[in-house]
Amino acid sequence: MPTELKSKKTILDSQQMRRILRRMASEIVERNRGVEDLMLVGIRTRGVPLAETLAAHIEREEGREIPIGILDITLYRDDLSTIAPQPVVKETRLPGDIDGKTVVLCDDVLYTGRTIRAALDALVDYGRPLSVQLAVLVDRGHRELPIQADVVGKRFVVGPEESVEVRFEATDEVEKVMLMEPVEE
Amino acid sequence: MTPETIKPEVWTRKDLLGIAELSAEEITLILDTAESFREVSERPIKKVPTLRGKTVVNLFFEPSTRTRTSFEIAEKRLSADSINMSTSGSSVVKGESLVDTALNLQAMAPDLIVIRHGHPGVPHMLAGRIDAGVINGGDGAHEHPTQALLDAFTIRQHKGKLEGLKVVIVGDIEHSRVVRSNIHLLTKMGASVTLAGPRTMMPVEVEKLGVDVVYTLEEAVAGADVVMMLRIQLERQSRLLFPSVKEYFNLFGLTKARLKRAKRDVIIMHPGPINRGVEIASEVADGSYSVILEQVTNGVAVRMAILYLLSGAHREEG
Repeated sequence: MPTELKSKKTILDSQQMRRILRRMASEIVERNRGVEDLMLVGIRTRGVPLAETLAAHIEREEGREIPIGILDITLYRDDLSTIAPQPVVKETRLPGDIDGKTVVLCDDVLYTGRTIRAALDALVDYGRPLSVQLAVLVDRGHRELPIQADVVGKRFVVGPEESVEVRFEATDEVEKVMLMEPVEE
Repeated sequence: MTPETIKPEVWTRKDLLGIAELSAEEITLILDTAESFREVSERPIKKVPTLRGKTVVNLFFEPSTRTRTSFEIAEKRLSADSINMSTSGSSVVKGESLVDTALNLQAMAPDLIVIRHGHPGVPHMLAGRIDAGVINGGDGAHEHPTQALLDAFTIRQHKGKLEGLKVVIVGDIEHSRVVRSNIHLLTKMGASVTLAGPRTMMPVEVEKLGVDVVYTLEEAVAGADVVMMLRIQLERQSRLLFPSVKEYFNLFGLTKARLKRAKRDVIIMHPGPINRGVEIASEVADGSYSVILEQVTNGVAVRMAILYLLSGAHREEG
């Protein structure tokens, strides 16, 4: 049974978040020297609005449409044999062939790295991208695998007892990042 | 009760033995999960590592190509290790009792067992004696839950819902496990079911299951959204349930002309294998209304969903 969490404080408000998202979008374009063969793939659930927001910023700046995909990693999780019941499986939808593309995986929070490990396994089952990069809004540290992000919105060191929750305009009608702490018994 | 408004609950059953005991929410959960698995079969690499290290035994005491192959493909696409056992190659022919077969299987610690048997209730007996999750792949004339689920999945794909549809099932109702599972499923999901066939093939008091019964195909098909034809089991024809194949086709064979009174967007289904010119004319089986081959494709996705859900459920007890 997961412990109940309550909001401790807002660590990024909507204005800060908007600035960070704009910067992340420019960083993605800059490190790839343009948007040729670029594809943004959001990891369910909140990697999806992140990918959409970043793509919208890039499109505004570059005047070109950026293909967006959705990746569900449930079938690739490494803890399926230890958790019960099974998590709900949702669809993966990629905008086309990923062979030879530069795929930027997007996720809201980077923590243990296990989600990204699963996402990499899932992605290569669809083809062979030219390169795969990782963009995250929040890197909260405490990695359990040798995985790092290429584009990071903000770094906060958050202990395992606490958690970070991201809200997006598109899915939650508010835009903020909250630090969550366990509810005292 | 549209699929959207039902809150998907979590799967807690160790076994899938029949549709009769399932709730509408559980049925919806299986169908929704299957939607996600359909995509796996459309990829260049049709395999996910989800059930890696799990062992699934396909235990078939009756001949079956379609169901067994469908399960086997579903298992392999989920990376499970699957083992096929059929009667001809098993110790059953050496006189081993069913209980001993079960105990021997248990000793090899499989995670899931898919069983088909000619006698109703065998999967239930097995489920009570072993730790593995048991999936009923057809027991006598009792239930064939995975067939009913793939039928429902196919209907939902075409009609967007099950509620309020008129579904007609035609043929040998009495000896069909497919019909029993389908009646349970469709009535639970709010569809109306009409059965049609010769009186010799209609079980007495079947109306008590909440279905309509008619004895002519014309009457049955009128206004239908879905027409499901059943295979006439020619191998059972020694029992003389109808005078001749030709007469059966004349009265109950589905032809284009007979479909005229159905809804414009009617779909034609068949659990297979089909007998052309017996229960269904080739022009209908191969026609634009036919979704018979889609049923086969969907069968893999639905079975993947069931294997996935069951493989998580029974760990809770262990």
